[in-house]
Order: sequence, then structure tokens, then C-alpha cells
Amino acid sequence: MNLYKYASPATFYPLAGKLIPWFAIPAALLFATGLFVGFFIAPTDFQQGDAYRIIFIHVPAAWMGMFLYVLMAIYAGIGWAFNARLSSMMASSLAITGAMFTAISLITGAFWGKPTWGTWWVWDARMTSTLILLFLYIGFISLQAAIDDARRADRAGAVLALVGVINVPIIYFSVQWWNTLHQGATIRLLQKPTIRGSMLAALLIMLAACWLYSVAVVLIRLRCIILEREQNASRFAEVGV
Amino acid sequence: MLRWIVWRDLMLAWRRRADMLSTVFFFVIVVSLFPLGIGPETQLLRTIAPGVVWVAALLASMLSLGRLFANDYQDGTLEQLLLTPQPLFLVVLGKTLAHWIVAELPLVLIAPLVGVQFDLSGETLWILFVSLLVGTPVLSLIGSVGAALTLGLRGGGVLISLLVLPLYIPALIFGAGAVEASVMGTSPSAHLSLLGAFAIVSLLFSPWATAAALRISLE
Repeated sequence: MNLYKYASPATFYPLAGKLIPWFAIPAALLFATGLFVGFFIAPTDFQQGDAYRIIFIHVPAAWMGMFLYVLMAIYAGIGWAFNARLSSMMASSLAITGAMFTAISLITGAFWGKPTWGTWWVWDARMTSTLILLFLYIGFISLQAAIDDARRADRAGAVLALVGVINVPIIYFSVQWWNTLHQGATIRLLQKPTIRGSMLAALLIMLAACWLYSVAVVLIRLRCIILEREQNASRFAEVGV
Repeated sequence: MLRWIVWRDLMLAWRRRADMLSTVFFFVIVVSLFPLGIGPETQLLRTIAPGVVWVAALLASMLSLGRLFANDYQDGTLEQLLLTPQPLFLVVLGKTLAHWIVAELPLVLIAPLVGVQFDLSGETLWILFVSLLVGTPVLSLIGSVGAALTLGLRGGGVLISLLVLPLYIPALIFGAGAVEASVMGTSPSAHLSLLGAFAIVSLLFSPWATAAALRISLE
């Protein structure tokens, strides 16, 4: 079987349609299981009480936010270098999901910080760099939104995403040094005393659920983008766009 | 080639002196607004001065970046420059250098004067000058990528700040950090070295990215 044929939006469109349920349904099931284990089975933390349970959403969201940015840059780069339209479309559809997860991790972080640290926001290195990551996502999305020509939007986005990827480690370390140079050790995440089995299980299940959810949503959005851009191709006439 | 581009852009800027001056006055006015908003207490002013001057420099560079390629784009010169046999890298480097001389160097020169308003000591003013001298090329270099990407787009002026300001953060942190270290009486050399390293990295990468972005925008 020649897998490369799926690099064409026209052949990928029906494949994506068939794949979506295979990701969406397990995602829903795993979300339900993960939340159940996280909220009812995992024991209450003796230091933080029940407030710690927000990490079951916070930590996977933060991981996805960072991971999806790199993935987006890779897809955008491939799309630019090899002129692969589908790859560029993939980058555009990843951007919004990535921005959403980054925003979720910031918001849930604030909800966790209020009862635990007593404040909504601390200029902690991790929080600051996550905030900047959100700014980078916003820059990418608004650049693509401002360009009418799809090809130019793809390529301009690719340049920006790649410049961003080179800059992300620099920003991360600069923020970390800024933080430690300015003030002594601020409140850190509590050193986790060997995390309990059920807590770890809930965390991993939620991570898997976020993964599957991302794949499903990105594929749905990809199908929309394909329809929007290829609406003149006869292949899609039957869909009635 | 490089010299020719720089010379040409400097001549053009000289013929439109008002543009250059408006950026400088913007910088001076923004910096002067902060004491009015915060209060004239000297201890507080000394503490916020590094951040205020640096943030004002970042914002002032936003104003001038739009002009980096826009005029040449409108009259078609940029297209001709793209067709020259010389590498586009050099063209971009020349234009960025000219932008730095026209838009950033005046800020660097006037910054110590503005710093006096914040009751900074002589040595701190010197560090402020050095940190801006090392750091402002970063603003021109990274900014040129944003300017090339937003060339000819509607709302390009606001868009460019969304793209470029987050990428400026390391320069802001190290630049303002150096001045602040000096205010606190510690050595600013660590911050200045890191700022220099960041400047070198952006010198290596940004002209390539800008050249690629120009080709995309002019297709």
C-alpha cells in the first residue's frame, strides 16, 4: 500500500473522516475514567487537601501545549520545505488546539495557586514561559488570519513557527535566570513525595485522553480546512459546499 | 553591496528626517510619562527605570519597523533588490543595519539623558548606554523578520507587535537586568554577556529568516 497517496488532501479527507471516531470515542471514555480515578479513587493529599486534584487536568494540558507547538512547527516546516499543502493545513489546525491547552494550563494553574499558594499568579519561571508560549500561539494564529492567500499564509506561518521554536529554549532559560537572579527561590511546586499509584494512573489516563482528543479535534478541523480551501476541486462538489 | 544599501537607506532616511525624530520623541515622551503616572519618589523611580527605558525602546522600535521594507515594497525597489545576483542575506543585513542606525542609535544616545530623570548614578547611566548599544541590534534583527512577514498586510502595524514583542523578551530581560544589577550595586557583566550572546545568535539567524520571509511575501 502506498502511504504517500494520503499526502493529498483529496484522499486524506475520507480517511480522516473514518479515523475520527477511533480517536474521539476512546478519548471520551478515557476522560471519564481518568476523571473518576482522579476525583474518587486517588487519595487526598495530606498537604494540599483536595485542591491538588486539578493537576489531573493542569499537567496534561501544559504538556500538550508545549508538545503541540513543536509539532506545529515541524508540520509547518515540512509543508514549507516540500510544498506539502496537507502538512501546512495540519499546522494551522494544530495551532488552535495548542493555544487552547496552553490557556487551560494557565487558568487551571491559577485555580490551583489560589488555595495552595494564596495567590492567583506568581511570576514563576514556568508560568511566565507558558504565558509567553500562549503569546507565540496568538502571533501565529493572527498572522495566518491576516493573510488572505492560503499559500502565503502557510509559508509565513512556517517562518514564524520556526523562528519561535529556535527562540523557545532561549526564552525559557532567560525567564528562569531572570527569576532566580531577581529573587531567591520562590515557591516551587511541592516536591512530590513518591506519587501514589492511583494518582499516577489518573494522570497518565488523562494524558492519553488529551492526546486522543487532540488528534480527533485536529482531524475534524483539518477536514474543515480542506473543504474550505479545495472547494473548487470537483472531488468535493458532492459534499455540497 | 552592503555599503551601498546602507548608504542608500541612510540617504533616504535623511531626506525624511521627521520620521526619525518622531520615533525619538515617542521614546522620550513614553519614558517621561511613567514618573507622572507613578509618582516622583526617587527610590521607586530608580527601581523601575531599567524596565521603563527598555520597554519604551521596544515600543519605539515597533513604530519604525513598519517602514523598514514598506516604502521599497510600494515603489517596486524591493522586487528589483530581490532580483540582484548578490545574496539576499546581504541586502537584508544592509537594510537592517541602516534601520538600526536610523531608528535605534538615536535612542541609545539619548537614553542616558532620559535616565537622569530617574535619578540614576553616572555608572548606571553608562551601563544603560552599553546595554542598549548591545541590545538594540537584536530589536532591529528580530523585528526585520516580523516586518518582512507582515509586508503589505492590512493592519500590519498592530500585527507586527503581536509577532515580534514576545520574541524580544530575552533582550528585555537581560538588558533591563544589567541596568538593574547596576542599580543594586552588583556586577552587570553576566547580563551583558548573555545579551551579547543573544545578539550574536539573532545576527546569525534573523537575516536568513527575513530573506525567506521577503521571498514569501513578494511571490
